[in-house]
Amino acid sequence: MQPRTIVPFGPQHPVLPEPIQLKITYEDEKVVDVVPAMGYVHRGIEKACELNEFNKNIYLCERICGICSCIHGIAYCEVVERLWGLEVPERAQWLRTIWSEMERVHSHLLWLGLFADAFGFESLFMQYWRVREKILDMLELTAGHRVTHSVSIIGGVRRDIDTDQKKRLLETLAEIRREAQALNKVMMNDYTVKHRTVGKGPLTYDQALHLGCAGPVLRASGVKDDARMQPDLHRYGELGFEPVVETGCDSYARALVRARETIQSIDLQLAALEKLPEGELAAKPKGNPPAEEAVFRTEQPRGEMFYYAKGSGTKNVARVRVRTPTYANIPSLLVMLPGSELPDVPVIIHSIDPCISCTER
Amino acid sequence: MGLIEASRLKSPWILHYDTGSCNGCDIEILACLTPLYDIERFGMVNMGNPKHADVLVCTGALNKRSARVLKNLYEQIPDPKLVMVVGTCAISGGVFHNCYNVAGGADKVIPVDVYVPGCAARPEAIIDGVVKALGRLAELQEVARGKKSA
Repeated sequence: MQPRTIVPFGPQHPVLPEPIQLKITYEDEKVVDVVPAMGYVHRGIEKACELNEFNKNIYLCERICGICSCIHGIAYCEVVERLWGLEVPERAQWLRTIWSEMERVHSHLLWLGLFADAFGFESLFMQYWRVREKILDMLELTAGHRVTHSVSIIGGVRRDIDTDQKKRLLETLAEIRREAQALNKVMMNDYTVKHRTVGKGPLTYDQALHLGCAGPVLRASGVKDDARMQPDLHRYGELGFEPVVETGCDSYARALVRARETIQSIDLQLAALEKLPEGELAAKPKGNPPAEEAVFRTEQPRGEMFYYAKGSGTKNVARVRVRTPTYANIPSLLVMLPGSELPDVPVIIHSIDPCISCTER
Repeated sequence: MGLIEASRLKSPWILHYDTGSCNGCDIEILACLTPLYDIERFGMVNMGNPKHADVLVCTGALNKRSARVLKNLYEQIPDPKLVMVVGTCAISGGVFHNCYNVAGGADKVIPVDVYVPGCAARPEAIIDGVVKALGRLAELQEVARGKKSA
């Protein structure tokens, strides 16, 4: 047997912006075992949600994760609306769909850039982030902030997209689509990218299902599953949504899924902007949420997210529980990493798009 | 001013550590380094190694488990060094101030030189903070050379 070395990956590591520790056992330069250690970002948001009033929790839930903050806010509002039996106006539902998809574009472009950085393709990283600034400008124009959008309130939305904004949005989205497609061509065809990603971090169809993976990791292993396929979720049914599925089962396939989803997401926004009906922005809730339970399932950029809320009949909610996609995807690392070489470790870890602040809350 | 001191002021290297942030400020720090804001043209590079860094940039409410790591990183950075905290959480705990696993801001465990407010802090604010930090670094260097008293 070769001598074994245990090397800590993190909590502070140049590849990851967030702290997570993986104790990796190497035999020579081959990974044989991985043990994750977590808890560096745990704040206790679920408990803090019980301390605040239910309408103030929106701001807390949005800060579970800065990259998918808008969808967290919408999901919390949706679960409280379900608890209450509130009917959300049609225009608000469409606007929620548009903002969710804008956030998906920003998150996927961010990931594609960071992924390129993980295998040392610095210029591709810079190019993806250059394009991403355009979608951030559009988020700032429509929602008022680059990162924390805070568009959703209980009963509807807080902001509207007027005709001027819609015009600029349509122009910019077309521009982003063109530029992202040009960059995706590099990501899909460049031989250096393929050399570093094809066959790295294999995860078969059965393993992905067995480990309960979510989002692009699951779809890159050939499983056709996306929470946006639910008929009653926002307005995806009317937009004719079909999930993006790849069968490569490796890091390259996971990059392809996200590259294709970026374009698909822009198309969904363009279609939704065309169909945007006139009407009210928000329904006004009365009283306090009843002491019942409600659940809500939606698709974050990283995969399926699940919200559970229990009312108490007072201004506070009795319990809020969140299940986030990275939590489901971390076990897949324990299958993908063993057998890989030392330089592929950052690439494989990045391929699941880890969001530790979502996972630990 | 010697060569090392001059180059330190012209190209301060940054070490970024997240002590319990929501990622919002982290992606804005990364956005500073990419083409639109591009602070790399001023010689600022995001380093992974504390031994190479001059400025420690810290984001997020101070998690009780991260506190030890943060202290460790601070001790590994060679003098003269600076600490810049980015975002409301890193200043005081922000919206997480009453969470059970949050100890408060980064200044609970290490001395902080520059505070950049915002949730999430905008790249312009972060760049402004870095410029302020450089002024402070010049002061520290003067002190180290005995030209000025602390």
